[in-house]
Amino acid sequence: MSRHTLSVLVENKPGVLTRVAGLFARRAFNIHSLAVGPTEHEEISRITVVVDVEEHPLEQVTKQLNKLIHVIKIVELEPESSVHRELLLVKVRADAATRTGVLEVVEMFRARVVDVVPDSVVIEATGPAAKLDSLLAALEPYGVREIVKSGTLAIGRGARSITDRAFERAVRSA
Amino acid sequence: MTGTPTPAQIAARAEARDQVRTELRSRVGGKAELENAAPRVGPEEVTGAQSIVRSLEEVGAEVVFGIPGGAILPTYDPLMDSAKLRHILVRHEQGGGHAASGYAHATGRVGVTMATSGPGATNLVTPIADANMDSIPLVAITGQVGASAIGTDAFQEADIVGITMPITKHSYLVTDPAEIPRTIAEAFHIASTGRPGPVLVDIAKSAMQSRTTFSWPQELNLPGYHPVTKPHSKQIREAAKLLATARRPVLYVGGGVIRAGASDLLRQLVDLSGAPVVTTLMARGAVPDSHPQHLGMPGMHGTVPAVAALQKADLVFALGARFDDRVTGKLSSFAPLAAIIHADIDPAEIGKNREADVPIVGDLREVIGDLLPELAKEHETHGKPDVEGWWRQLDEWRRTYPRGYSQPEDGHLSPQHVIQRLGELTGPDAIYVAGVGQHQMWAAQFISYERPNTWINSGGLGTMGYSIPAAMGAKVGEPDRTVWAVDGDGCFQMTNQELATCTINDIPIKVALINNSSLGMVRQWQTLFYESRYSNTDLHTGHGTMRVPDFVKLADAYGCEGIRVERASDVDAAIKRANEIDDRPVVVDFTVSRDAMVWPMVAAGVSNDDIQYARGISPAWDRED
Repeated sequence: MSRHTLSVLVENKPGVLTRVAGLFARRAFNIHSLAVGPTEHEEISRITVVVDVEEHPLEQVTKQLNKLIHVIKIVELEPESSVHRELLLVKVRADAATRTGVLEVVEMFRARVVDVVPDSVVIEATGPAAKLDSLLAALEPYGVREIVKSGTLAIGRGARSITDRAFERAVRSA
Repeated sequence: MTGTPTPAQIAARAEARDQVRTELRSRVGGKAELENAAPRVGPEEVTGAQSIVRSLEEVGAEVVFGIPGGAILPTYDPLMDSAKLRHILVRHEQGGGHAASGYAHATGRVGVTMATSGPGATNLVTPIADANMDSIPLVAITGQVGASAIGTDAFQEADIVGITMPITKHSYLVTDPAEIPRTIAEAFHIASTGRPGPVLVDIAKSAMQSRTTFSWPQELNLPGYHPVTKPHSKQIREAAKLLATARRPVLYVGGGVIRAGASDLLRQLVDLSGAPVVTTLMARGAVPDSHPQHLGMPGMHGTVPAVAALQKADLVFALGARFDDRVTGKLSSFAPLAAIIHADIDPAEIGKNREADVPIVGDLREVIGDLLPELAKEHETHGKPDVEGWWRQLDEWRRTYPRGYSQPEDGHLSPQHVIQRLGELTGPDAIYVAGVGQHQMWAAQFISYERPNTWINSGGLGTMGYSIPAAMGAKVGEPDRTVWAVDGDGCFQMTNQELATCTINDIPIKVALINNSSLGMVRQWQTLFYESRYSNTDLHTGHGTMRVPDFVKLADAYGCEGIRVERASDVDAAIKRANEIDDRPVVVDFTVSRDAMVWPMVAAGVSNDDIQYARGISPAWDRED
């Protein structure tokens, strides 16, 4: 098994996420994370999906995804030529005695405190998965009370835009 | 009842059909422009329901198989006035779906079925899944509860788009009446182009009842849908090179050839290459059975020469076939010595089950069309390949393991004899439509098919009950051809209510009921793999039983001619009599032996090398040179 990040450009239509997610489930592919949102073109949404899969089934799932009418384009983003980020919100126990320690960790990881009450703080952090794992490990001794994480977002390095090219093609075909 | 059509009416119908077909052909071919639509239909004030009917007319649909109900009711009102659409009221939505599919199979056109929301729609699930497996162009239009009631568990509400998502090529939920024309245009385009398949259009009742403007789209906007039809020239050259040098080639032909309308071109490829050809269950008729290079059907119940040829081949050229488990047997030991050329319009089929050495994505008409001159060029440069030794081997297999069967020991009628005589007496111009099970396999084996679209069956999904409604649809699409449903007593009891539809609507199909009084294929497996313990496979419809139901009486009750045949000596006369009746459906209850089995057979999950020609008789492969 290896981890792959796919950027799936889809038409911004109702039900499209269900179609994509359903296809993964049906073909027995395990979704590690999934994030969806708009792009610079309002007709196009972008789904970033991280899957654990062998090389051969990955090709199969890509082909099956391409058969979905609302899927415009699929790009695999290789780790070395793209930027991957997750967003983490974590609620940590922090009273007068431990708050300094918690804030030091926040400082070290260039995270931010976004909410404070007398006995806990909410910390916001972004970064690659590994960095967030380390942050969580560092906070663990203080008492992690609640975690929420976005799926991975990823974008290719350099000037090229995959959405632009997909959009041009979509416009040409229209 | 409309009575028997006059010859003039038949001729007029045929002409109208040909016209529409020519027009349709010009529309298909991957292009999304609706060229001839532009000047005809401008914006027009209508109801959503009228818009649905207008759209179906505009897209060229001729026949709709359906049943009304609450949520689709508004559409049935303007449907009544349509001069272009013939609606055939079926007795069950499943029958409507399979009828649309039989129509599509026989004509190559998009089949249309219509149903109401909730149970009407869920009754379409089986025919939709069936069409999805067998790549049949089908558009299902379902009523949905009013837009404001969606999601409230309203009366007869079912999320049919959600339910059918995994078994449709695409689906739509329409709540805005303005979207109706575009959606229906897209649905037909998607269903009929690329790899054909079913498209569901679920339309809220409120959208049917609202006022809207009808305006037929002049182009479609499907940015994510671009089926590749033109094959890559490098792959074509590579395929030609392999085909020109292989010593033991086999053309492995699947249903895609028939869907592509590429049978004529395939015939040229068979002749030019000199290679043996096998046609899968879905491709029977793609190459005439009488062609000397045709080895028959491969797979679980294929001929020994067809199965053996694939196992010993050094090159397998798959055309519109998908390496289904019923063909490959144990996948890891399928065609172990062969390089694979795989041509298909669906890229996802290539490499799905078997790695392809030369993958070719494209429409098979274009693939074969491009390949023929390349192959001829190869032959000019390097001479024709030496396949003489291969043919010596193949011919020996053909001599040693011909098509055949043994007479049943109980003295009852042999089902294979019935089916073979049916084909011989009716001929290759008829259409044969099977259900699923033993009778289906015998019909695939013992009837000789000479043309595409004359063999219709449920291959991928294996839907029992397919035959009667699909035969009805085929007869509607091809009214001038004789249509025989070859059905089993188990299958027949699942969908025979459509005989009422046939009688009432002047659709005179003929039914050869291969009545072995049991769920025959399951019983065969119980004989072979469950120590002849016949758990729940006895249907009590044949010899020495109460005959519940009595199929002759049932036929009579439905206004059909019912004929019972119990002896071999009566078979020919009954078939001839049935072939002469054209003013009502005919049901011939052939009461056959229940012990007859389908051979040859490769047991499920076993290597094709272990094919049994008959029970306990396996070919001796060491005879090969």
